Amino acid sequence: MPVLCSSCAEKRAVLKRPKTSHSLCKACFFWAFEEEVHQTILAAKLFKPGETVGIAASGGKDSTVLAHVMKLLNERYDYGLELMLLSVDEGITGYRDDSLETVKRNQQQYELPLKIVSYEELYGWTMDAIVKQVGLKNNCTFCGVFRRQALDRGAIMLKVDKICTGHNADDVAETVLMNILRGDIARLRRCTAISTASEGEGVVPRCKPLKYAYEKEIVLYAYFKKLDYFSTECIYSPNAYRGYARTFLKDLESIRPSVIMDIIHSGENLSVREGVKMPVQGTCSRCGYISSQALCKACVLLEGLNRGLPKLGIGKHHRLHDKILSQQPLTEKEEKKLKSVEF
Amino acid sequence: MCQVDENYHDDLDPAEMLNVSKKCIKCKEASAAVVIRVGDTYCRGCFKEYFIHKFRAMLGKNRIIFPGEKVLLAVSGGPSSCSMLSQVQEGLSQTAHRKLRFLPGIVHIDEGGAVGHSMEERQKALAELQTVFKATGFPFYFVPLEKVLDLPSSVVATATAPSEHPASAYKSAVNDFIHIDSSSCSTPLDQEETSIPEVQESHTQFLQQLIVSVKTLTARQDLLNTLRQHLLVDTARTKGYSKLMLGDNCTRLAVKLLTSVSLGRGAQLAQDTGFSDSRYGDIISVRPMRDFSTKEIAYYNHIFSVPSVFIPGLDTKTTNKASIQHLTESFVTKLQTDFPSTVSTIYRTSEKLQTACRSSSTADCCDRCLLCMCSLDTAPENASAFQATLISEQLSQNTFLGASRSTKIIPRQNQDPLESEIAAPTGQCCSSGGEEGCGSAENYEVCYSSAHRPQTADVKSFLCYSCQLTIKDMSSLEHLPQYVLSEAWRRHSRSQMREEISEFLLDDGDEGD
Repeated sequence: MPVLCSSCAEKRAVLKRPKTSHSLCKACFFWAFEEEVHQTILAAKLFKPGETVGIAASGGKDSTVLAHVMKLLNERYDYGLELMLLSVDEGITGYRDDSLETVKRNQQQYELPLKIVSYEELYGWTMDAIVKQVGLKNNCTFCGVFRRQALDRGAIMLKVDKICTGHNADDVAETVLMNILRGDIARLRRCTAISTASEGEGVVPRCKPLKYAYEKEIVLYAYFKKLDYFSTECIYSPNAYRGYARTFLKDLESIRPSVIMDIIHSGENLSVREGVKMPVQGTCSRCGYISSQALCKACVLLEGLNRGLPKLGIGKHHRLHDKILSQQPLTEKEEKKLKSVEF
Repeated sequence: MCQVDENYHDDLDPAEMLNVSKKCIKCKEASAAVVIRVGDTYCRGCFKEYFIHKFRAMLGKNRIIFPGEKVLLAVSGGPSSCSMLSQVQEGLSQTAHRKLRFLPGIVHIDEGGAVGHSMEERQKALAELQTVFKATGFPFYFVPLEKVLDLPSSVVATATAPSEHPASAYKSAVNDFIHIDSSSCSTPLDQEETSIPEVQESHTQFLQQLIVSVKTLTARQDLLNTLRQHLLVDTARTKGYSKLMLGDNCTRLAVKLLTSVSLGRGAQLAQDTGFSDSRYGDIISVRPMRDFSTKEIAYYNHIFSVPSVFIPGLDTKTTNKASIQHLTESFVTKLQTDFPSTVSTIYRTSEKLQTACRSSSTADCCDRCLLCMCSLDTAPENASAFQATLISEQLSQNTFLGASRSTKIIPRQNQDPLESEIAAPTGQCCSSGGEEGCGSAENYEVCYSSAHRPQTADVKSFLCYSCQLTIKDMSSLEHLPQYVLSEAWRRHSRSQMREEISEFLLDDGDEGD
């Protein structure tokens, strides 16, 4: 017996929503999914009419769906936004070059302007070169730190007012779990925020319109809309520690599907005790980017790469910041500690 | 943040094999008997000293238990609570270096009825516990979980403001105690001989029905925890105790924290896992074992022969994925073996969270969850996960059936025939919400007793986010204990009354409750 769509009660249902376990037909699912993103945008007041918004596009499912939905909603509800695609080329052969092809196709399909910033032009290092020096351990630290800044720099070049990223509900829930496992109370507190406050110069506010969208629903949406996206894991990230959190979350979800939203609810309602030390936001004395230390992480990592001491930015070496700033040479003992470990 | 063996925190490093020195690191003389953490080897004597000191330090640091106060120890029979019992015993003994100065009692909640143990099994376990308890010389009480069916609704209603003790109060309490000490306290504790209580079979059946009506193990465990907590608080109240000591250890609290997050209890985390918990107002729960890991307790119990009794629970012998609680436990335990600082890192997170719920003392009882007694976290805030879930549900349901969320109270006319038939005799009194008869507070119980069943939606609106999830997994609410239902009904009629007179109320704030 065919199951009828629980929303329109006319057509045959083709899918069971992972989020609410209602059976829906294709049209009703599309409507519900888009409407939810729209409600999120409205409720959180993410955009103002007339703003230029950069969509962080990697070519993966999340950002492809984001670009699609943003364009659609912008037209349907007349947001009055000017949309652009913004990509970062980390310089990973066999991964990013392929996914950027997808972004370029998306650009034509959606008729949006595209800007690609590359690590090579910004930092003088590609990820391939970094991995060659650092090894497969810890390279994600470089990639993640550089990407955050690269997006901001690209956004400033494009003169956009805001960046939106494709983080979905699963990502947010996973980050909540990760931050608990790492005891990182400062990040735990802000990781559930839907948008970052404008933090200062050189930083463009970011938001996550897909914050309440389940990863599985994003895949369903992309599948039924036949969207063109790239799905390969990065060749340099075997994903171990975050992998624990991810597997745990997937297991939890199989027991109680609402758990993803429940974790986000928990994260949104956490109250941190007064008097707990929080990092103070300042600016990097070298590049002017936001930083809680004298030097921002990107500058420390870059310094390490250029000096041939890749471990400089891994772990905590705040005491060395003054030395780096004043261009003093490090002692032999310090250097030895920071050289990459031979395998 | 994502790859193999990454060390963004020094403590996250996987366990390294250190060559264990053979001597105790404390006295450097005796040979080591236990390795608590990597490299920390202790001899028997130093370990005992360390353990006892840690227990005392926890109580001393927090200064919540006053000298001469009656403290009820909740002992399940497991290693952790039995270890707590032995620590209290140790602290009260004549030889103790600095004697503990409170008056302990023991309570054990017999959950056999909910887990499905036979009467013989239950009696056997209780008899074992009885010998352990008798040996302490403290008064003890056995309370079967079935008793939860006869609890007064005051358990979930009274939210007496917790008496705020300024720092000076502790000192004056110490002085008072020293005064009494010389005269009366030297008399031995009154030995209250408590036998194993008889349980009516009908009660056990009713309890079983309640448990069975909950469809998932996750919700079952959650409900059982809530009911147990209610029963503990009620026992403390009726027996005249003002503090409740729970045996939660560090490992269990880490699991609990992660579980609570997964169950949507973020707002209540600090109360669920902190040292003291004042949500019940006059009865404050404390967790003095929270600095000990399961491993330390196991070592101590083994070396110093602390007896404990194994009683299977709801999730004994189930698969990992049987419930969220069980999955979280195995996740944390597994991660702990690879990364030995997992538990302490999670536990430290709990210490950085707000202890008091934003307005715990001022909160009106109607702003508290009917089940867990925490402040409600279901305010319809814009752009929240709660709101987003409601929108999702609304959008994927038939538009004709309408937005079920906005009609919280289903009008009587729309009820299914079966329901209205039962409600018929009281119809004139309770129909469409307390016109006259139901209005007065004295009458509601009369009304209620004539088989009035609150709708799921009614009860739901008095629950916090997480308890709503638990209730969602229940097939029907009729098996919930009477005290919960009658309190739900009381709140329901109060809010209806309020609605009726709302246009005459000048202030939105206070309500004479």
